[in-house]
Amino acid sequence: MGMTLYEKIYQQHKVATLNEHTDLLYIDFHFIHEVTSPQAFAGLHEAGRRVRNPVATLATMDHNISTQNRRIDGAGEISQQQLEALQRNCREFQIPLLDITHRDQGIVHVIGPEQGITQPGMTIVCGDSHTSTHGAFGALAFGIGTSEVEHVLATQTLPQQRAKSMCVQIDGHLPASVSAKDVILAVIGRIGTAGGTGYVVEYCGEAIRSMDMEERMTICNMTIEMGAKAGLIAPDEVTFSYLQGRPKAPTGEQWQQAVRQWRQLKTDADAKFDKTVVIAARDIRPQITWGTSPEQVMALADRVPDPAQFKEVEQQQNAVKALEYMGLIPNTPLQDYPVDVVFIGSCTNSRIVDLRQAAAVVKGSRVAEHVRALVVPGSAQVKRQAEQEGLADIFKAAGFEWREPGCSMCLAMNDDIVLPGKRCVSTSNRNFEGRQGRAARTHLASPAIAASAAIHGYLSSHPIMTGEGLV
Amino acid sequence: MSQFFHQGSACALPVNHVDTDQIIPKQFLTGTTRDGFGDALFFDWRYTEDGTPNPDFVLNKPENKGVSVLVSGHNFGCGSSREHAPWALAQFGFKVVIAGSFADIFYRNCINNKLLPAQVDEAALQQLQHYCATAGNQLAIDLAQQQIVLADGRRIAFNISSTDREQLMNDCDFIGIAEQHLDAIDRYETERAGQAPWMLPKGYCV
Ligand code: SF4
Repeated sequence: MGMTLYEKIYQQHKVATLNEHTDLLYIDFHFIHEVTSPQAFAGLHEAGRRVRNPVATLATMDHNISTQNRRIDGAGEISQQQLEALQRNCREFQIPLLDITHRDQGIVHVIGPEQGITQPGMTIVCGDSHTSTHGAFGALAFGIGTSEVEHVLATQTLPQQRAKSMCVQIDGHLPASVSAKDVILAVIGRIGTAGGTGYVVEYCGEAIRSMDMEERMTICNMTIEMGAKAGLIAPDEVTFSYLQGRPKAPTGEQWQQAVRQWRQLKTDADAKFDKTVVIAARDIRPQITWGTSPEQVMALADRVPDPAQFKEVEQQQNAVKALEYMGLIPNTPLQDYPVDVVFIGSCTNSRIVDLRQAAAVVKGSRVAEHVRALVVPGSAQVKRQAEQEGLADIFKAAGFEWREPGCSMCLAMNDDIVLPGKRCVSTSNRNFEGRQGRAARTHLASPAIAASAAIHGYLSSHPIMTGEGLV
Repeated sequence: MSQFFHQGSACALPVNHVDTDQIIPKQFLTGTTRDGFGDALFFDWRYTEDGTPNPDFVLNKPENKGVSVLVSGHNFGCGSSREHAPWALAQFGFKVVIAGSFADIFYRNCINNKLLPAQVDEAALQQLQHYCATAGNQLAIDLAQQQIVLADGRRIAFNISSTDREQLMNDCDFIGIAEQHLDAIDRYETERAGQAPWMLPKGYCV
């Protein structure tokens, strides 16, 4: 019987069998950031261990930094201490660090692909759940805890138990108004936040094949929101042409050799998935979350759900609780609710393609009086490019705050916090209670919908809702 | 040593999808050591906006003082990979979390911190939640038998993989285990360099 892409990558990285269920897997590349690494370095210290291969790890500063300026003390003393700990640890263990002022600094999941570090067939880990993003390249990439960060630093391996495999197939062509974010939100709505637990998900089908790399990254990024270990998309010409010429991508003869091997990285025709979900692309409409879990999602044009409409008692109870937290009334149109904050950014939607989509909606308009809107590019490179393309000017002229790269309001560890009871349309990936600030109300949506909400000041009535497509 | 992995009192937090942002909110992730997280456990639920304990929250009830087993719902520990979540639970005093299911990364983080994630089926979960709400709520965990033993002698089965069970029963150093395979790791790296030389990390000129 044939093998799935996941099984192939797993097999290729098996270093040793530890016991009946557990293998030691080789880890090709490791990203670290300031928040989940200090205790791992402390552990190495305590045990007198070294980092096995310092250049197989890259550190960046993203979670805890200010995005108002590029100063190490920009987000206060406590954050500064954590950033300085990262600087110290990287110096001591000789790990390359993209410091806050480095020209390539950015959100960990934006810079890996941007630099060509993320390549097909690799195993990639990071102490961050959205490491699944890198799966867009056909790399097996997943988030780990701090003890595992220490393990990878010391040994360049991780003990792993084989996951089950799921195929999510999006057939046919997407309507013009539907973005990758809408697709993944719709998929999560279908599968649920725990539906992927224990699985590695491979995305396939025409709609996925026709996406560019940045859209594919949006898809794989949110795979963790259905509980799956990793998301994968088999590499193809789109992947190769994205990679070619990037700083860490192979060149010359090695490029040819690499592409030849990468072409083998696909699920065999006779391979079996443990589960398959098929969705018709044409049925997907622009999405927005209404609750406090990414699975609590609806079409933007629909009305707020009535808890009674859910089949399971548990879902009903969750809906009642979520609607109360979100301050929404069942059966009302979302357009009736004013928006206080709009955040365009995060490792889900802060790449150049996302900013172009948002800017296309914003162009020539003004942010509504009562809305505070910010755009936080995913990396210094995205920021420079957006400035060169004139996107920054469009945002600034409209009244958006144009920020330095970082995680910012996605997790609100710095001063970019949504105040209690305020309603925020966010292009990030989690709408959990308190994620963007205590009692903050988060609606997850695409860059185009977020931009539109900023302009209208309401959960909006832009052409995207009526299906006329993006400008 | 007692035959039990742990004996103690339990309390129920019958909520599904408890995410790691709830277990420990981001403002407490700024530390650089592994301790000091216990007081921030379930912060937004446990304290009111002015910082005083919320009397309605289960952990603040006088009868739950000294509690060491948490019985929750399904998909416990979803969301962020922060290991601060099991650190906070353990430092508060929890030794065992019983749930209908666990998110993968959280589960692994528990094992790595000797916090037992005990997965039970729906009927058992209901039974345990009920038990916590009414009875004297003492229980014991028989890890070898994979059973939760209630004060009245009832036994409830839980799931855990045999590997993870071994690891909780014996004090094992995961890095040490991998280090026993250093030769294999070296060999792997040499072979890799031959077959896929572009995969060798080039390092970063910073
Ligand atoms: S942008 Fe948000 S989700 Fe992404 S790495 Fe940063 S904090 Fe995590």
